[in-house]
Amino acid sequence: MTGFRLKTGGEIDRARPVTFTFDGESVTGFAGDTYASALMASGHMVMGRSFKYRRRRGLWGAGVEEPNVWLDITCGAGFAPGRRATTEPAQHGAVTRAATASPSAERDATGAFDWFGRFIPSGFYYKTFMWPDWHLFERHIRAQAGIGTVRRDFTDVPPADRIHHHCDLLVVGAGPVGLAAAVMAAEAGARVMLVDEQDRAGGSLLAHPAVIDGQAAPDWLAAALARLAAAGARVLMRATAFGSYDHGLVAVNQRHDDGRSDTMWQVRPHHVLLATGAIDRPLPFANNDLPGIMSAEAALVYLRRYAVAPGRRVVVATSNNRTGAVAQALAEAGVAVTLVDARADATAPAGIALIRSRIIEAHGRRGVRSVTLADGQRIDCDAVLVSGGLTPTIHLYAQARGKPAWDAEKAAFVPGSTVAGMTLAGAAAGQFTLAGAFAALPEALAPLGLPLAAAPVTGAAPRYEIAAMWPEPGEKGRVWIDLQHDVTAKDVELAARENFTSVEHLKRYTTLGMATDQGKTSNLAGLALMGALTGRTVPQVGTTTYRPPYTPVPYESFAAGRRGVRFNPVKRLALESAHRAAGAVLREYGGWLRPAFYGTDDSAILIEAKQARESAALFDGSTLGKIEVMGPQAEDFLEFVYYNSIRSLKPGRGRYCFVLSETGVVFDDGVLLRLAPDHFIVSCSSSHVDGMRGLLEEWRQDRFDPSRVFIHDATQHWATLTVSGPQARAIIAGAGVEADLSDDVLPHMAIGAGRFGDQPLRIARVSFTGDRSYEISIRATQAAPLWAALRQAGSDHGAVLLGMEALTILRAEKGYLIIGKDTDGTTLPQDLGLTGPLAKKSEEFIGRRSLILPDAADANRRQFTGIEVTDGLGPLPCGAHGVEDRDGRPRSLGYVTSSYFSPTLDRPIALGLIERAQARQGEEIAFQHLGQRRRGRLVAPCFLDPDGGRLHG
Amino acid sequence: MQIFTCPFCGPRPETEFHFGGDLGNARPEGFRAVSDDEWSRYLYHRRNEKGAVREVWMHMTCGELFAMERDSVTMEAAPGHALHGDAP
Ligand SMILES: [Zn+2]
Repeated sequence: MTGFRLKTGGEIDRARPVTFTFDGESVTGFAGDTYASALMASGHMVMGRSFKYRRRRGLWGAGVEEPNVWLDITCGAGFAPGRRATTEPAQHGAVTRAATASPSAERDATGAFDWFGRFIPSGFYYKTFMWPDWHLFERHIRAQAGIGTVRRDFTDVPPADRIHHHCDLLVVGAGPVGLAAAVMAAEAGARVMLVDEQDRAGGSLLAHPAVIDGQAAPDWLAAALARLAAAGARVLMRATAFGSYDHGLVAVNQRHDDGRSDTMWQVRPHHVLLATGAIDRPLPFANNDLPGIMSAEAALVYLRRYAVAPGRRVVVATSNNRTGAVAQALAEAGVAVTLVDARADATAPAGIALIRSRIIEAHGRRGVRSVTLADGQRIDCDAVLVSGGLTPTIHLYAQARGKPAWDAEKAAFVPGSTVAGMTLAGAAAGQFTLAGAFAALPEALAPLGLPLAAAPVTGAAPRYEIAAMWPEPGEKGRVWIDLQHDVTAKDVELAARENFTSVEHLKRYTTLGMATDQGKTSNLAGLALMGALTGRTVPQVGTTTYRPPYTPVPYESFAAGRRGVRFNPVKRLALESAHRAAGAVLREYGGWLRPAFYGTDDSAILIEAKQARESAALFDGSTLGKIEVMGPQAEDFLEFVYYNSIRSLKPGRGRYCFVLSETGVVFDDGVLLRLAPDHFIVSCSSSHVDGMRGLLEEWRQDRFDPSRVFIHDATQHWATLTVSGPQARAIIAGAGVEADLSDDVLPHMAIGAGRFGDQPLRIARVSFTGDRSYEISIRATQAAPLWAALRQAGSDHGAVLLGMEALTILRAEKGYLIIGKDTDGTTLPQDLGLTGPLAKKSEEFIGRRSLILPDAADANRRQFTGIEVTDGLGPLPCGAHGVEDRDGRPRSLGYVTSSYFSPTLDRPIALGLIERAQARQGEEIAFQHLGQRRRGRLVAPCFLDPDGGRLHG
Repeated sequence: MQIFTCPFCGPRPETEFHFGGDLGNARPEGFRAVSDDEWSRYLYHRRNEKGAVREVWMHMTCGELFAMERDSVTMEAAPGHALHGDAP
């Protein structure tokens, strides 16, 4: 090639050269160039490789429709993989490489794919790589797949901004029609937002000259933008409206091109006007993918905006009457042009050679060298510009469940059904002349209900005329339909032969339209050919479902600020800084950031667990749920909520209880405290507070009188500091807590009151360690002095600070379960050995009926059990399956749910859910994990102090 | 992102809401009288209708259950109404 820069013209700044590299070679363009225009101006023809066959490919388009040329761009510290060369402004100093080729577009090492391409038809993967095993092939195929490189030295990009925006009218597309609509609405008083994906407003006016309201296009454009600014409209360039979502949400991703991450706009307009234009289609002929064959509309853009001509001897081939203008513009730029028009009555602009025919084959290797026409003549050329007709850009309309209608005269899908809150105008609405589009604007804007000034006027243009040309069954040679995914007419024929004739099957079987260009230039040709093969019209074949995004959107735009600590913010303890000062390593447990252990490494865990048994332990149990339930119906309400009976619970006492879901599955456990006849506190598990609050609210409102029972989640208002161990009582007294802690007044499972200074305390004699234990609740803001006093007193008695890791060992020694860890989504209370309430309780409760379904009585249920390691090889892996061999194959009996080394017992302990565990106590079974076999015996879950004497010790 | 209208708080983003099931899926009462079939239908059978549906939702931020009519095809959602008396 062949492409070259004209001496004058274009929007480029010739005083500011821009130099970058492409596949290691230096390229110089000008400020205002895209990478594509600079590469084309410097004579590059091969700029990428095709996805599947690694065919040489050159530029097809000038914007988002580009299927072929994708770059990995490194510029300064920034790295952008897989970007279209046609939409990226060329940056000085950038290093670019063809994202689809290795090592370069010119010398791709996998070019041999094309040689046996005819052996890689559609469905090749499904048919070939399944035997003997897909995984044998996967690694090699993955290496070939995808566009762009993921760099291992990638450094994170700054977070994108997200802006929520409301307006009366969102206009998508700042071409002449969108601009005119925005001006009319804004000057009538509407709050208007106008967005366009290009770097400047103007749309088709940037390539097609026009006179509007008596002004030349550039003057009218400048005036329109000034009027919008004066009327207070918001105009965003480089901003792509890529998706329309439920309830009128339109998502717009805005680029900045200055190192900042993008801005994601979530716009909720009262009305959307789509003035998104149309995209030119290819023509079907053999080898229509050769470099040098490009869209005629795109060539006009390169000529007008960047002063680049595609070649010196150019064939312009068309099916419609819009392309003569392209031929004329090139001729005026000094290019030798032959116009090949498929229409029998075609005419050509003065001075242009016209042949009424069509191309049947292109020739060349590294780029197009000649074409053969249907009448047999062969024309030498160095570029071929084609126009297969316009496809309206109706993606946002179709995403909003608009049903496209087939317009046979225009050979295009145009908007059909109406969509509330959305209208279309201009080429997107199938109005392919500017005068016609302006005339239709008042109707498109009518839903605003505003008195509008007149729409602009422009000279009449000829009606759009097209003789549609689709790939036909039995085409000779390889006629390419989807350039980005390498789908040919033969692939569509194969799909038809194998009965993948539905449009959605066609898409999935051939991958037609599934590439990152989303088939903007290819879908229609595929549908038309499938129609011809199966005796259906294009509308009978129909379109696939349109889904966002219209163009690729970086992940950081969707993530916006929700990254790092803001991805899923943790709840924090009132005493966090005190724990940090004491050397705590903090980790997340059920949404809370809590001390895992105190010390520099996890050897601290066993020391904490051992010392807690020997003297005492202090730990921060503030995360424990504290949902207050009050009112005259509180007792009735909780009797229904809990599996256990609570009517017999006396004020001043607590009871360990279970809550089930309606399916009978254990939902939560915890101690229910009764402060007064009509006042309870639900001490649910730390990570289940939100779930329990939802469950309580649901039943309160659904089944009880919401004016007679009330729920209040006070979890975060109270800090709960726990003192556990044989020395607990002495420590609390030594800390200056005023309370009667004698066992007569405050026995196990009793609730007492006390004071610390001027602060009231609630003291619950509840134990999760199995030792004598006091949970002291104090207002969260006042917790620090009490914690300091307890630590001071504790140091006199050898008390240790206990993290969550050691606490879970202590509770496992006692066989205390953790819901969701030692139970799963099938565990019923009887699987835990809790059958008493079901036998004794007479009243209805949540999930009761489920406990007597046939499945609940199945003899083979998995049941909660302790597991003693018998092979002397240390703790079992958590998650290891208990197995039995049946017919020579291992069969799972369940699995290990908790497993630790107990420093107090000096041996490994484990808990698990195992089939028929209650009947198999004492039995030794095998455990399997990652191919390794272990042995263990099923025993009672409580490994330490089965009589419970330590609770009172 | 859909917008649902809580009868107590007004229009809010869908992420603040929790689905509560079909409206009118009454709990069969009397565990001794209810058959396995009845109970299983209550637990597992959903109407899953195409078009107009009536559902219970909870607005998690205010904790109130309410009834809402939606269209499961067009996703249009009518303003919710309170289950007990009138919303303020
Ligand atoms: Zn609400």
